[in-house]
Amino acid sequence: MTSIRTLIDKAGWPRIIIGLLLLSLFLAAPAVGVRIDQSLTDTIVRFGMNGVLVLGMIPMVQTGCGLNFGLPLGIIAGLLGATLSIEFGLTGAAGFFGAVGLALPFAVLLGWGYGLLLNRVKGDEMMIATYVGFSSVSFMCMMWMLLPYHSPTMVWGYGGTGLRTTISLEGFWLHILDDFLAIRIGQNFKFPTGMILFFALMAFIMWAFFHTKTGTAMTAVGSNPDYARASGVNVDRMRTISVVMSTVYGAIGILVYQQSFGFVQLYNGPFFMALPAVAAILIGGASVNKANITNAVIGTVLFQGILTMTPSVINSAIQSDLSEVVRIIVSDGMIVYALTRSTRKSR
Amino acid sequence: MTSKTFRQSLSRFWVANAVPVMFVVLIAFAIPLSGFSANYLVGEVITRLGRDSFLVLSLLIPIMAGMGLNFGMVLGAMAGQIGIILVTNWGMTGVGGLCVAMAVGTPLAILLGWAAGVVLNHAKGREMVTSLILGYFINGVYQLVVLYIMGKIIPISNSAIVLSRGYGIRNAIDLKTMRQSLDRLIPLKIDGIQIPVATFIVIALLCLFIWWFGKTKLGHDMRAVGQDMKVAEEAGIKVERTRIIAIIISTVLACYGQIIFLQNIGTLNTYNSHDQTATFAVAALLIGGASVARASIPNVFIGVILFHTMFVVSPTAGKQLMGSAMIGEYFRVFVSYGVIALSIVLYAWKRVKEREQSRSSLRGDQDQ
Repeated sequence: MTSIRTLIDKAGWPRIIIGLLLLSLFLAAPAVGVRIDQSLTDTIVRFGMNGVLVLGMIPMVQTGCGLNFGLPLGIIAGLLGATLSIEFGLTGAAGFFGAVGLALPFAVLLGWGYGLLLNRVKGDEMMIATYVGFSSVSFMCMMWMLLPYHSPTMVWGYGGTGLRTTISLEGFWLHILDDFLAIRIGQNFKFPTGMILFFALMAFIMWAFFHTKTGTAMTAVGSNPDYARASGVNVDRMRTISVVMSTVYGAIGILVYQQSFGFVQLYNGPFFMALPAVAAILIGGASVNKANITNAVIGTVLFQGILTMTPSVINSAIQSDLSEVVRIIVSDGMIVYALTRSTRKSR
Repeated sequence: MTSKTFRQSLSRFWVANAVPVMFVVLIAFAIPLSGFSANYLVGEVITRLGRDSFLVLSLLIPIMAGMGLNFGMVLGAMAGQIGIILVTNWGMTGVGGLCVAMAVGTPLAILLGWAAGVVLNHAKGREMVTSLILGYFINGVYQLVVLYIMGKIIPISNSAIVLSRGYGIRNAIDLKTMRQSLDRLIPLKIDGIQIPVATFIVIALLCLFIWWFGKTKLGHDMRAVGQDMKVAEEAGIKVERTRIIAIIISTVLACYGQIIFLQNIGTLNTYNSHDQTATFAVAALLIGGASVARASIPNVFIGVILFHTMFVVSPTAGKQLMGSAMIGEYFRVFVSYGVIALSIVLYAWKRVKEREQSRSSLRGDQDQ
């Protein structure tokens, strides 16, 4: 009995409830005629699509900057990389890695400025991050219309200026990671090896970085800023590095997402993309000031699993599409829950 | 007055009013570009004063209680919309219908406001972000109720508002007889401009209420809580209860505000009408010169006038300047978010500075 209780304490109620919900959805799937192999494929693909974005939450949480609601800033850097790569006509692997390369300078620059801003507003990071995200997305809405892009695949046909709201990656780098060494079993199961390997690589880089001297110092800043300062760590510098890292992961994350999804979504596309990533890491057991790679992996599997399974299973069972409502309630409910947990440490 | 104190007071004026002054300049440029006549602009601004002031006023009391900008006011807006949907279903019309909608919305708004207050008491120090996400969360619950439960569990007999599948509410509901019923209750036209006299009277009454409320014992308690929760607690004020009351009042007012807003617009977009309610109300208040910690009734009206003038002129000004009306539309959205970002950054910055100052004043050798 006590061991069950410690297990529950360790995993936390939200994770157990969501885990059980996911399990029951998978158990119910055959009964309502949903194919398990298809559902598994979808879950794995969606895990790969969102995984890197969720990893991007870790550095900022670890240095005490809170949940990165400003993820859209990194996404914008990624979008700039993607559109530039298409503009230069890069295709295949060169297109994807070109996009990553072109996105990096923007991500570092934007992340650096964003980090300096957050250093001046300690204690209010999350609210400000949210609105930095919103205002940069709406600023870029104007820019997508004004920037001098020429590629006919991206520019509106009739006006000749301004980018389309969605740009197809067909013929550029669609499924470039998904199809790399992909394993197919039967008609309905496909394992996107390349994308999962890429996620593993990004997770390994994050893990390795947090075991360097700088990485350890960053964790110290998050758990006790005064102690870190006393032992000679430059708190502001560590925070800035973490924000840059989060932004870079956001930029790369959206590119991974797009190559699998097949479209680049501009304009209002990135507006609410932070919330699913934030929710995923929280469901994985992270808190406002503590997160690790295991949290990101478990959280993304659980959250994306729920998002994949609810439409197929519930729709087949009761013939109505509840998926959008379930997504909103699960993700935002989880975030509100996490924000109300007491974290008095920061004062 | 010496020149030094004059310069000091000038800089103080600038610091306190930078945002409204910037907007006046911006609008002064945009109005000639848009080419609208003065008559048209005045008419638009008067309409929008009637439409939006009530919603913006609902933000004042939580600020007084030190809880910042209540993005959770959308909870009240949703309660108001449920009231409107039910009233339309019952076939009620005119101002009477609006009153019943408010009566139905009130208990819902009280319940939601109480829940929000309890949640925010668990998130002291980050009320704003919590209230923002709470708004998204309750939006999910609202959609669940309106899209699946209405027509299935809550009986909806009016087939004009139900989706063709038999349950769930349609995207748009035409508020035929309720449309501008309050605005036109006391008809008055000056120079071709319709003046919503009755709406203005309601808004004036609300201003009176807020002014009076600030003078009551509860109002004083709220200010004390807003100043310093610890001191207030020691002075025997029930801090958590006071904060919950502040949020309940704000939510109920937002419910009424949304009903007034909708009767002016004349259509309820069931799933979108409340999306931008909080953003636009907060942006208007901040443009009026309010901050996260201080807001007054004049801020509300200055803000609504400036914000909505910009809102009206920016698409056409954008078309003239950049050759595309979309740019102007994106611009006004950017301004709404940008001004909120700027205000909360400035406020947080000030708070960090104050904290540093109070820390350095504890050190021995200070020369101030």
